[in-house]
Amino acid sequence: MEFIDYDKQYDVIVVGAGHAGCEAALAAARMGCETLLLTINLDAIALMSCNPAIGGLAKGHLVKEIDALGGEMGKNIDATGIQFRILNTRKGPAVRASRAQADKQHYRLRMKQVMEQQERLSLKQAEVTGLVVEGGVVRGVDTRVGVRYRGASVILTTGTFMRGLIHVGLTNYPGGRAGDLPSVGLSDQLRELGFAVGRLKTGTPARLDGRTIDFSRLEPQHGDDPPVPFSFSTDRIGQPQVPCYIAYTNPRSHDIIRSGLDRSPLYAGVIEGIGPRYCPSIEDKVVRFPEKDRHQTFLEPEGRDTVEYYPSGLSTSLPIDIQWAFYRSIEGLERVEIMRPAYAIEYDYVDPIQLHASLETKLVRNLYHAGQINGTSGYEEAAGQGLMAGINAALRVQGNDPLVLDRSEAYIGVMIDDLVTLGTREPYRMFTSRAEYRLLLREDNADLRLRERGHAVGLVAEGEYQRFQKKRERIGAELARLKGTKLLPSEADPDFLSTFSLTALQNALTYEQLLRRPDITYEELCRIDPHAAEVPPAVREQVEIQIKYQGYIERQLDQVERARKLEGTPIPAGFDYGAIPGLSAEVREKLAKFRPDTLGQASRIQGVTPAAVGILSLALKARG
Amino acid sequence: MYVEDTIAAIGTPVGEGGIGVIRVSGPDAPAIARRIVRRGNENGDFESHRFYYGMVMDPDTADSVDEVMAVLMVSPRSYTREDVLEIQCHGGYLVTRRVLDAVLRCGARLAEPGEFTRRAFLNGRIDLVQAEAVIDVIRSKTEAALSLAQHQREGRLSERLDAVQGSLRHGLALIEAFIDFPEEEVDSATQGEIEARAREALARIDELLDGFDEGRVLREGVSVLIAGKPNVGKSSLLNTLLREKRAIVTSVPGTTRDIIEEVVNVRGLPLRMLDTAGIRETEDIVEQEGVRLTLEKIPQADLILFVLDGSRPYDDDDRMILDALAGRRSIVVVNKSDLPASLCLPGDLEGVRNVPISTATGAGIDDLREAIFDTFIHGHAIDSREYVALSQARHRDALEKARGRIVVFLENLAVGHELEILAVDLRDALDAVGEVTGETTPDDILDMIFQRFCIGK
Repeated sequence: MEFIDYDKQYDVIVVGAGHAGCEAALAAARMGCETLLLTINLDAIALMSCNPAIGGLAKGHLVKEIDALGGEMGKNIDATGIQFRILNTRKGPAVRASRAQADKQHYRLRMKQVMEQQERLSLKQAEVTGLVVEGGVVRGVDTRVGVRYRGASVILTTGTFMRGLIHVGLTNYPGGRAGDLPSVGLSDQLRELGFAVGRLKTGTPARLDGRTIDFSRLEPQHGDDPPVPFSFSTDRIGQPQVPCYIAYTNPRSHDIIRSGLDRSPLYAGVIEGIGPRYCPSIEDKVVRFPEKDRHQTFLEPEGRDTVEYYPSGLSTSLPIDIQWAFYRSIEGLERVEIMRPAYAIEYDYVDPIQLHASLETKLVRNLYHAGQINGTSGYEEAAGQGLMAGINAALRVQGNDPLVLDRSEAYIGVMIDDLVTLGTREPYRMFTSRAEYRLLLREDNADLRLRERGHAVGLVAEGEYQRFQKKRERIGAELARLKGTKLLPSEADPDFLSTFSLTALQNALTYEQLLRRPDITYEELCRIDPHAAEVPPAVREQVEIQIKYQGYIERQLDQVERARKLEGTPIPAGFDYGAIPGLSAEVREKLAKFRPDTLGQASRIQGVTPAAVGILSLALKARG
Repeated sequence: MYVEDTIAAIGTPVGEGGIGVIRVSGPDAPAIARRIVRRGNENGDFESHRFYYGMVMDPDTADSVDEVMAVLMVSPRSYTREDVLEIQCHGGYLVTRRVLDAVLRCGARLAEPGEFTRRAFLNGRIDLVQAEAVIDVIRSKTEAALSLAQHQREGRLSERLDAVQGSLRHGLALIEAFIDFPEEEVDSATQGEIEARAREALARIDELLDGFDEGRVLREGVSVLIAGKPNVGKSSLLNTLLREKRAIVTSVPGTTRDIIEEVVNVRGLPLRMLDTAGIRETEDIVEQEGVRLTLEKIPQADLILFVLDGSRPYDDDDRMILDALAGRRSIVVVNKSDLPASLCLPGDLEGVRNVPISTATGAGIDDLREAIFDTFIHGHAIDSREYVALSQARHRDALEKARGRIVVFLENLAVGHELEILAVDLRDALDAVGEVTGETTPDDILDMIFQRFCIGK
């Protein structure tokens, strides 16, 4: 086919306008690159194809990191969120996480608006059918209508669109998402280029008509008051907040599910893609946990201007008649009308072990992959990768080294390292337990960890950066003050001393030592320390966490230091593992397949033994 | 540093011995064999795994150095999986040293401590736990110790550690589940489950750590000090245990003035026996020195055999010794059971094991051996396949560390600490166990381990 060359040359072309594509395009454009974003449907920019929520455990951490680096997701949810909650408040600070319900339409419209107003960023509706690759380097993309766009780099964020196949019962049809066309041809070309392409599956529940739900029989769940924003740049959440509702399935619901299993594409073997174990469909739950007689669901509002509700945890690919009966078997939903049926979708992904840690593919230079194409699931996971791909494509075009976050620095670093060193066989979701330095990677210190990085690449605006610097200075000053201020037993308030059993105290204690005690909080300290009351809450929080958890934090920092040697040892591209004596055939094969960029990556590849890492390390030293 | 050069070292212990072995490993081994081992009329390539009789020649002067047996083991069928040459020459420091010199002058480099084993490890012939066991095989003084080392090499220890890891992983998984799925709170049943897993791991570690003492005892042997006033039969006891006359035995009190050390094998347990000067108030300066030395040695010994003379009454000299033994692991040996008894044991010695013997007739000696053995090895049959003892200090340290973390974990769990803090300690415990199995060992730990290996293997 003859393609019509578009007469403009771009620096960065982003394919797809989901959560990965938006961050990628914004980052590249903000870093000064002429950027083109191509999407099958311009009305579906930043559309939340599944649940109307951002954040959650580990995902909230990702959003805060994206924000600290200068991404858009945190600001976008702050502007359009309709219920904010902090999860795990009864657990420690490292595993507290933010979550917000989004007004789905407002969320996408605001993101579209931000993109439209972004300098150097063009938005066009087009289906990309192929890549232009010359001599192992990507040069642009071809589209369905026959236009060839030329670009110095390309970022693929195809989501569930590549060869997307939608299942409702035993009926199935091609689609990228219910209501959208699939992307056909692109994954075939990727296969031809030598990429290992696999198939994954995910699913979404029905959307229910709120006018047919009896809310009086359901338990409402309200957000935190006042709502706490995601972004370090947001001062307060102004828009009105709404509740979710809690409902439960019952034994009759489960009987209905069981009666439809023979027409389940999953159990009938029609679906070949691998689904996420951590996000099972309701039929999975019923089959795998027959002893449970009820499952909880949250009815989440899809927005303030719509009656649509999203019943979380009730995704299914059972036939529509089973869906009607099933949802109506739930108390409060007896008369419910389904506005959009639940469905499962299968799609192509590209094994992420074929990526460098910069998210550039190892096979095609200047080609980057981000989001579900890498086998992940979740808006936040996608956005985190999109941001890094956008940053790295821009850095490449500008002739700079890539930005790679390491595992001790960010959940984003953990995620990308997991993907590129271990690959994934099921949709990858972030969990806090994936992070070995979890105590260091908190939501509350995402700015302290990453603002500097974001500022260095030019994504953090000067004003935001100064605000951050001021906060950092105040934290340092307050820590020093607490360390240097002493409580003298002779002069102290006897009430305070007796409250905390300090009356027998002989020597002076510093305020830092006081605060280290689990029972003395900043609030308590204010009783004897007039300065403490003047410290801003964000600073106070940091100081308190850093002091209270110091022992554990230092232990993790030690571990980071010890790991640094391996992480910092690069393995040259094209390194010949065959030439190293002593490696077993199995290890040699693994290394040749994964082609790790550093010794640290090599050490995390399954089947690569410590002995092999030892040999590699010696071989690299011998070369160096 | 893994460079493919050729290394060499003396593989047998320093000192006099029937034979000495010089081991050479690396690509030059076959050439070195051809160059320095003259085999009558043969002068072609060495056949692999065949013993050759010949003379080692000085590569520069062509003088003969020693009469030897030599064998070349072609890669990969060798200890290091490289080409390995082993030359058996006459024992003794000078001869082995001269053969080694000849090899080194052909271009081989003197091996670093443990370098042969390191290469065997790096070439994938043995795993880390096995590598460490090799040193024990070499150092084994007795059959029981050898069998322990062999069990470890066969992965018995790894199996036990897997079980510990299994319990820890299980507990950790429960905690992680509750962190990442916040809609659930840890209920008391689950908290009980987490605690049970941690206690299970703790019990398994304790079992291994209990075995550590026995492991060390088997590998290094134990020191047994024979103490008693003059002329109660200390040297006779040593000689009886040795079944040969080594210490001078006379009936003149105070004959043994320095400390005599001998190794005695008791049912596979190596005992380093220390015979000492008799302890008594004395004017003799040389004897005073002996007494002083003995008293100094007491705190260092693993076991003290307190020898009394059953035919004489308990006296002040005995009492002085008893005072010096306070708090030490001791067995009271009442000698001269063949003579009329006139000893009455004081109340202080009640509860201390006592064994009547006669060095003159040999009566009770077997009971004494039994008592010594029981003191160190509690109820384990040494040659049982089930017997797994930790015999490396590094293993013990790692397990001690894991143990400490689990203890902190259990304390924190009891006071309701945050889950992610609980997880840190449990994960650290898991990593510590992993250090033994080699799963998480970074390069510099490897270096440390291999430095511990003696030259030659």
